[in-house]
Amino acid sequence: MKKVLIFSLFIASALSAQFASAGRSNINIVGSSTVYPFSTVVAERFGRSTDFKTPKVESTGSGGGMKLFCQGVGVQHPDITNASRRIKKSEYDLCHNNGVNEIIEVLIGYDGIVIANSRKATRMKLTRKDIFLALAARVPNPNGTETLVDNPYKTWQDVNSALPNTAIEVLGPPPTSGTRDAFAELALEGGCKKVSWIKAMKKKDKKAYKALCHTVREDGPFIEAGENDNLIVQKLNANKNALGIFGFSFLDQNIDQVQASIVDGNEPTFETIAEGSYPVSRPLYFYVKKAHVGVVPGIAEYLAEFTRESTWGDEGYLTEKGMIPLDAAKRAETSSDVKKMRNLEL
Amino acid sequence: MSTIEIDIEKSNESNCTNESEMKKVNTIELVNKNLKKRYRAERRFKAYGLVSICFALLCLVVLFTDIISKGHGAFFQTYIQLELNLDEDVLEVNDIQNMKQLASANYQGVIRQSLRTLFPDAKKRHDKRKLYALVSSGASYQLADQIKAQPALVGTTISVFVLADDDVDTWFKSLDDAKPFIGRMSEKQLVWLESLKKSGSLHKKFNTTFFNNGDSREPELAGIKGAMIGSLFTILVTFLLSFTVGISTAIYLEEYAPKNLFTDFIEVNINNLAAVPSIIFGLLGLAIFIGMFGMQRSIPLLGGVVLSLMTLPTIIISSRAAIKAVPPSIRQAALGMGASKMQVILHHVLPLAMPGMLTGTIIGLAQALGETAPLLMIGMVAFVVDVPGALTDPSTALPVQIFLWADSPERAFVERTSAAIMVLLAFLISMNTVAVFLRKRLERRW
Repeated sequence: MKKVLIFSLFIASALSAQFASAGRSNINIVGSSTVYPFSTVVAERFGRSTDFKTPKVESTGSGGGMKLFCQGVGVQHPDITNASRRIKKSEYDLCHNNGVNEIIEVLIGYDGIVIANSRKATRMKLTRKDIFLALAARVPNPNGTETLVDNPYKTWQDVNSALPNTAIEVLGPPPTSGTRDAFAELALEGGCKKVSWIKAMKKKDKKAYKALCHTVREDGPFIEAGENDNLIVQKLNANKNALGIFGFSFLDQNIDQVQASIVDGNEPTFETIAEGSYPVSRPLYFYVKKAHVGVVPGIAEYLAEFTRESTWGDEGYLTEKGMIPLDAAKRAETSSDVKKMRNLEL
Repeated sequence: MSTIEIDIEKSNESNCTNESEMKKVNTIELVNKNLKKRYRAERRFKAYGLVSICFALLCLVVLFTDIISKGHGAFFQTYIQLELNLDEDVLEVNDIQNMKQLASANYQGVIRQSLRTLFPDAKKRHDKRKLYALVSSGASYQLADQIKAQPALVGTTISVFVLADDDVDTWFKSLDDAKPFIGRMSEKQLVWLESLKKSGSLHKKFNTTFFNNGDSREPELAGIKGAMIGSLFTILVTFLLSFTVGISTAIYLEEYAPKNLFTDFIEVNINNLAAVPSIIFGLLGLAIFIGMFGMQRSIPLLGGVVLSLMTLPTIIISSRAAIKAVPPSIRQAALGMGASKMQVILHHVLPLAMPGMLTGTIIGLAQALGETAPLLMIGMVAFVVDVPGALTDPSTALPVQIFLWADSPERAFVERTSAAIMVLLAFLISMNTVAVFLRKRLERRW
């Protein structure tokens, strides 16, 4: 008993000594699950080709990453956060309140969100308006008056007579996902704006406009399939009437099983997303805490690795993982900003 | 059955006149009438149990066959046999004694040159890129290790097995299927692969990388060693903390604590704690150990502390039960011989209760080994390439690795996910076997 007590006291003291351990030799990255596949590849290559330790990358979602990142300066806080959208004013203010005054913003490329179905089914040709009408919670009254009704559409043909007569069944990410936010903003709102009287509403009542354009229906046709995009691909294979929403990199890897729907006349490919002609695409960023550069070893070198032409260029290894590169001029601009460590100002 | 019937017949014959006897007869007739129904019910009841067991076994068989059929492929990896001309000019090495030069030599160039001589039809830039993509980006690291071990090889021509890309690997393994996997590979790549296959240059070998590497985004380079060591460290911390604290608590509560409201309160709370969802412990770890004590995220030390909070109630409850099971006569005999209370506990109660305590501990640890939810909150769900070497190095754990691979887009991760599940299951089964063995071996019955 005595020995046991002494032993446990010893362990407790050893542990509390560890708590105070300061310093960190590896870069700590948090943030978006969309940027995660790209940032992990860069981290791995960086670890293999330099003497620095391989950075640790956590996938916390864009919002969660920002929250951790803006917690303060010090080794217990992350050095870099990935985001599949730009930093918000509120997050920027949170950072400043916690003493994170100097942030470097790096735009790394684009990601497309695809709406795909099984290769066994026929390919869908949609417009953003079709997507909005099929998936929004409230839609304009089909009789043409300027009123809103709960979404009455059951089949794609109800939405647009040119579409097949199959039930609307779409598997998509849950509200916690960045993909869902981007989908709501780009596809749903994009279609929403096509209705002129709703567009006029934006000026008068921005809140109501956003609620209308971003709310997804909850009466069955839209099925939340969890954050696992592989699972959605598998489900599409099993059910050829269903459509799924996921990131372009998953389409790229499973091109033998699923096909992307054409949106507004454009098929999502590398070229159409890079040009911006495929409408449902979004920018990818990461943010660096300047105060940690030089304190945690390797941050500057990691930035250099990321902004190298063989990494994020047209033929860089990130494109193999499905990231859509920036155009050459934009890359040159960003990489010179990164070299100068220019501060982000909002 | 037959004796009862005879009895009834006898009683039927003897005194039928008595009213009460009549009633008795009626009851027995009633019993007799229902007997068949009762036996049927009995048989049905037994059948329900049997069906449930069969159903559970069937589920288990389906699960295992699914995992094994998906995962067995991951234990083998496709290699491409290449003739490599280790030319000093291509390698950019002029002094083979210089380790620094050897480390940064152009190994990729050598491999690419070999591929180009094998398939001279790849001339355009685009075609060349496709050709180089057949070989894993990790092949040059492997070659580098080989040359660094034997610098004398520079200048000679060697035949080596280089790692194939994950798409090639999946394609080669799926050749027996009705529809082989093609994925993102082009027509040209398939033609090259067919000719490689014909010349016998494609080989499947045991996948040592899987057991020797940490995580990677290239499936052919990904391994579970990092996750295994991370799990080991985490479980070690959990064991040290929860075993010592748990057993001390159990001994105090069983042997010393007075029976009053306060100890009742503690007891109720320990039982409640055992039923708390594990994610809550993760939140607790985040708020207290990271928030208040400023511990680093993602380290096995923190993971172990959090998981030991989760296993503590299990260990305390099972240890108390084990101590309770030690017969009081043993305590009394020892006390009668003049032993002090501490001597009674250390010399008699603890050794006798140990098997039960160890079983509880091992089951608690096995539960902790398979846990992901609390680790999610404290940042152990992360991409970590380096195999951890200390309790304060960032690391993941086996179940987390499975979760991360299941979420990866590359197709070759599907089989690696299943293979990692097999490894985790092997761990859990062996831990449970140890628990059963210890119980059988050390247990004493009275």
